Parts: sequence; C-alpha cells; structure tokens
Amino acid sequence: MKLQTLAKAAALVLAIASTLAAPAAYGQAKEQFFPLLSYRTGPYAPNGVPWANGKQDYLKMINARDGGINGVKITYEECETGYATDRGVECYERLKSRPGVSLFDPQATGITFALTEKAPNDKVPLITVGYGLSVAQDGQAFKWNFPLLGSYWTGADILIQHLGKKEGGLDKLKGKKIALVYHDSPFGKEPIPLLEERARELGFDLQKIPVTAPGVEQKSAWLQVRQSRPDYVLLWGWGVMNSTALKEAQATGYPREKMYGVWWAGAEPDVKDVGEGAKGYNALALNTAGTQPKVIQDILKYVHDKGQGTGPKDEVGSVLYTRGVIIQMLGVEAVRRAQERFGKGKVMTGEQVRWGLENLALDQKKLDALGFAGVMRPISTSCADHMGSTWARVETWDGAKWNINSDWYQADEQIIKPLVKAGAEKYLNDKKMTRRAASDCQS
Amino acid sequence: MFYRENGQFKTSYRADQQIFPIRQDRIAMALFMLFAIAVVPMLASDYLFRAILIPFLIFSLAAVGVNILVGYCGQISLGSGAFMAVGAYAAYNFFVRVDGLPLILALILGGVCAMLFGIVFGLPSLRVKGLYLAVATLAAQFFSDWLFLRVQWFTNNSSSGSVSVNGLQVFGYSLDSPLAKYWFCLLLLSVIALMAKNLVRGAVGREWMAIRDMDVAAAVIGIRPMYAKLSAFAVSSFIVGIAGALWAFLYLGAWEPAAFSVDQSFKLLFMVIIGGMGSIVGSFFGAAFIVVLPIALSQILPAITGLLGMEISTASISHVELMVFGGLIVWFLIVEPHGLAKLWAISKQKLRIWPFPH
Repeated sequence: MKLQTLAKAAALVLAIASTLAAPAAYGQAKEQFFPLLSYRTGPYAPNGVPWANGKQDYLKMINARDGGINGVKITYEECETGYATDRGVECYERLKSRPGVSLFDPQATGITFALTEKAPNDKVPLITVGYGLSVAQDGQAFKWNFPLLGSYWTGADILIQHLGKKEGGLDKLKGKKIALVYHDSPFGKEPIPLLEERARELGFDLQKIPVTAPGVEQKSAWLQVRQSRPDYVLLWGWGVMNSTALKEAQATGYPREKMYGVWWAGAEPDVKDVGEGAKGYNALALNTAGTQPKVIQDILKYVHDKGQGTGPKDEVGSVLYTRGVIIQMLGVEAVRRAQERFGKGKVMTGEQVRWGLENLALDQKKLDALGFAGVMRPISTSCADHMGSTWARVETWDGAKWNINSDWYQADEQIIKPLVKAGAEKYLNDKKMTRRAASDCQS
Repeated sequence: MFYRENGQFKTSYRADQQIFPIRQDRIAMALFMLFAIAVVPMLASDYLFRAILIPFLIFSLAAVGVNILVGYCGQISLGSGAFMAVGAYAAYNFFVRVDGLPLILALILGGVCAMLFGIVFGLPSLRVKGLYLAVATLAAQFFSDWLFLRVQWFTNNSSSGSVSVNGLQVFGYSLDSPLAKYWFCLLLLSVIALMAKNLVRGAVGREWMAIRDMDVAAAVIGIRPMYAKLSAFAVSSFIVGIAGALWAFLYLGAWEPAAFSVDQSFKLLFMVIIGGMGSIVGSFFGAAFIVVLPIALSQILPAITGLLGMEISTASISHVELMVFGGLIVWFLIVEPHGLAKLWAISKQKLRIWPFPH
C-alpha cells in the first residue's frame, strides 16, 4: 500500500468520523421534531411500509394545511430499523437528541422493550398504539410508556368476548379448544397470560402453537392444528407470517371462518396474496379503512394531489396506513394539548409532550373536527390509565375488502386491571423501583 | 525515518519477547490508550458513545473471542451467537436471582456458564473438522434459541420472554451515563485483549496454532488435540459470553433471544475473516468494519445524495447500504485475503523503510 492510498484511507476515515460526530452540533429548537422509526425492508416490510407512509403523510398534511401545530412547523426524519432491536436502538440514539424531539413510535415490540429502559433517562415518551408492553397501561408504574387505544391483552380479551358471543354466551366456551398460533417473540407471547387467565375462568382449553420468526415456515404448526382440530384459531402474526398462515390453513383445510387475527393480522397485505383463499377470515379492527374520512381526503388533497405523497396513492386509506395516521394524530394532538398548558406556538420538550399524552382528551366532537369521525372511538388518558380506550371491533375479509361486522367491544376491566397491576408490581419489584407519587401526576 | 528499531538492542530474552519490541510501538500504543481513555470522552457526543463506540468495543471483545477459536485454533464455529446468548442469560439470572451480586461477578459467572456450554458443544470438534464442524456448532445456535424461548425459568418467568436489567453499578459507581459504560467496556476489553494476546503468544497459543496448521503433525509432536481444541473452545466462549452479557446489559438493556440469532454468529465470523484470522488486532479492525460501516453508510449516503440534489427513501438507502457493504467485503477479500490486519502489517513494514525503499 502506497502512502498516497494510506492518506486517502485516512481522509475517508476522517470523513466518516465527522459525519458521525455531526449530530452533536444543533442549535435551539424552532421546530417540533418527530423521529420516525420504520422498516421498509425485511420480512415485515409489506406491513411496515403503509404504516410508515401514513405517519409521514399526516405530518406533511398538517404542515401544508395548518402550517404546523399552532404555527410551530413540524420536521421529521425517518430511520430504517429493519425490525431489528439493535438497529432500532441505534436509530433512537441518533434521533433522540435532536432539538424539539417530541416522542417515539418504535413500530416494533422488541424495540419498545429496549427503549422502555432508556426513555426515562432521556425523558422522551414512547407511544405504542395497540402494541408494546401490555402492563405499561399502568401509568403510575410506566411514566413514559403510552400503549394508547389497546394492548395485546385488551385485544385478546375482546377476541374471547367475540367468540363467546358467537357461541351464545361466554359460559358456552367451556370445553372448547382454542389454539393460539403465535409469532415466537415477545410480540406473540404477550397475550398468553391473559388467555391463560381467561381459560382458567371460562374453562376452555388453550393450546399454544409457536411459529418461529419470521414465520415463512409453518408446516409443523399447522400439522398440530390439523391433529387437534381446535374450535377456533387465534392468529398472532405480523408481516409475512400472516399470509403464510392463511395459505397453510387453506392447504390444511382449516376453515378460515374460525380463524381470528389480532389487529396486526388484519390488514390488506396479509390477505391480498391469498385472495379468495382468505375469504371468511376475521381479525380485530382497531380502526376503519377507506378514503371516505375527512382526514384521508385532506391528505389526498394537500399531499398526494401536489405530488408529495410518501407512498403510492392507491394505498392511502388502507388499514395500516390509517393506523399510521391515527398514531401520528395522537402524537400531534399530544403536542397541541401540551401547548395549551405550556404556551401556544412554542416548541414542546419531551417532558411537556409526555404531559400532553397523559392528559389527552379527544371526545367525539374533537375527533369529528379532526376528520376522524367513524374511524376510531374517543380517547381520554389519565395519570393512572395510559391507554385511554380499550374498544375494538371485529372485521371479516370477503375476498376483496375488509368489512366490519360487529359492535364495539370493550375489554373486561375485571380481568385486565388485576393482571396489569400484578404485572406492573412485578416489574417494579424486579427493578427495585417504586410507583410514582400522586404529586408527580401534576408535572 | 521515524519508525525503525536501529539502535534498540535487546540484552535479555524478556526484552526480546515483549508484545511491542520496538520503542516507537510502545509509545504509539501508550498514546493511543491515553487518547481512548482521556481524549475521546472530551470529543465524543452522546450518540457516538451509545450507538458507535460502545457497540464497537463490545463486538471487538466478541471478535477477539471468536478469533481465538477460528483464527488461532482453526475450528470454524457458527455457534458464537449462542455463546453470547448463554453469557447474557446466565449473567442475567445470576444478577436478578442473587441479591446484591456485583455486576462484574455476574458478568464473569455468565462467561463461565458460556465456557461450560462452549466446551460441551466443542466436543464434536474432536471428530469432525472444517465445514462439517461449522454445521455441528450450528446446533448450539438452535439449541440456545430453543432453550431461551421455551424454558421460562431462564427468562425469570417473564410472560413475554423478554428480560431487562437496570440500575447497573460497579463499585458504587452508576453505569447509567454513556461515559461510564464506555470506560467500563474499554477497561474490560483492554484487560481481556491483553490476556488473550499473552495466551496466544504462549505455550497454549502455540498448541492451538499447531492444531490449526496440521492436527496430525501436532499430535505426533506430542500436543494433545483434545486438550488444545477444548481449551480453545473454553477460552473463546468465555470471552464471547462476557461480550454477550455486555451487549445485553449495557447496549440493549432489554432483550429477547432474537438479539442473539444466527445472524449474530455470521456477523462475528465475518468480523474475524475480514479483520484477519489469527490476529488480535485484526479483531478490532473487523469489528469496526462490520459494526461501524453500515451505520456510517446509512448516514453518509443521504448526505451524498442530498449534495447531488436528490432525495431518496430510507428503503433505497438501506438497499444501497447492503450493496455497498457487500461490495466492500468482496473488494477487501480480493485485495487482501488475509484481512485488514495484514494490510496493517504491510503498511507498518513500508513505514519502516520510508522514505528510502530498497
């Protein structure tokens, strides 16, 4: 190697080092920054992409339509995690110290677990709409986590309620066989404690069938289903696992009408490839889909019609896209709520946004004004309850689109509350931490 | 001109056998350590510590461990991810189950458990060699995946199978700040790397290398293959286990078995191959290459395209990142099959005769 080459190499190393060191140099925040963790590659990309597009388009729309939040412009940066925890942590470290950083939506259960340990030190809130750590509903134990709108426990409970209703009463579930086909990761394992509790109470037989991540190989799991012929199959999958499970069910001859997915297994990418084969398959619906809501119309008008849309226009309004929009709306509204207390037109810090999340109150009137009429239920959080709403419905795939065909269910507080409390206590004990004092709720 | 050993006479075996026989090397090394301990903390940002330097140190440690097994003893292993996992989960169990156990002791016990695990899964090396051994060690990987996913006891009966630690302390000092973590990792890495360097220079290391170069000939001259191979597995998995515990405790904070998947094993093997087989310093180069380069690429590429006035999506960036990364691996392996450590040795050699090459 010649000296010249050495010099070139040294220059390259210096260049790399200076880019890496660059994030340190930032001034005072004038804009509200939304870090966007996402995955557009890997086995979970088909579901991650619409979600990420929805999150980004909503921010673009708010900037274009309202000029930001009470005049505070929104900036954002996306960071690719590939659903991997270590890359997610790197993204978090990269974006957390940006000026005006508001909150993180990790978009993955594994990343949420890792960030739960880090967020309190860095004073940035985490919102995990419909996923993440179920016990984090207890806001007095988890100050910085916000599993808004639902957790895996509320989801599982609603599914059991729906099955009970179908059978003509929860007591009719006694002696039934219910199989949980789950993604073998914290994501898939989270509902198990609740289902076990329900199985004890109602006397049904819970069968747990794990599927190795990412779930492209499920032959043995469906062989077990075939052998035991459960009355119902609960599908706890994400990404490529869902469509594979439906294809396997088709091959095994297991009726799709008896399969119920979580809300992460109830979007278009999960069933589109299977098409007719997925007809009759049910899943939880956290939100509606479609382009009728005013907010989606606004996104089309202010973002996509100007050619600034993040993804393809025809995917706007799909299930996961709409969920991304909801997630981002909750974040933006939390900032707005915080501004009401800490000063309108100012950039909020992570701590202030946290207060906004904890005091979020979106009644039907506000939702209508925001353009979310019919998309979701009102939500109202408090210091003790970081979830705000535990309502969901059930939808069915008719071969071409998702149809919502049930009433709203609310997760049973009698079941969830003691579980959350016990889980939170265990977490605090293991960590030798204590509950927040009542006075802390004001901060 | 400046880098030559003229006039430095060794008058004892001791002086001749030092790690750095040339005075300039010793000075450079001392300056470098001083730089790493004192100057880096002044320059580095929080992000640089948490996302670059700490992962780099931890993976360097793991790569040193894998290099002992693969580079020095010639036993190709794809079970390194499993050894990391055993180290992490064992340290976790000691840490939460034994009240008041010091962190360092928990890490060492984690390393010891990984060592025992490594010895057990090293047994096939007595019969199978080369690529077949790689496949056999893959069993360790699948076994650990199964163990930590299925046996709830190891994850402290956590319902989700994810475990976490907090409030880490060493001798009363909290390890919450990135600087404390950095120093702690640096200290452990320096101590273990020094021990590893001395091991491979000593009798055991020579036995390992003899086994690597030709095991039949080594056995003929009186080296016991069983002892040599299993000791390599033991030392290697001990170090890898400690690195795994550090990765879980200090970097991730909360983790699941997927954090130590077979990808991690491949990554470690690539670090050793790219950095240089049979070279301690090569492990550092390899770790830097595999850990830092993808992150650097993911930040440099948008900057470059930004300069050109293009805006590309994060998806294309991560695709280009993989392509560039793959291309660089191939390029390095073609230019220097013996790894970055060999490039380092060559440049040192050239520097000795600069500016009058003969």
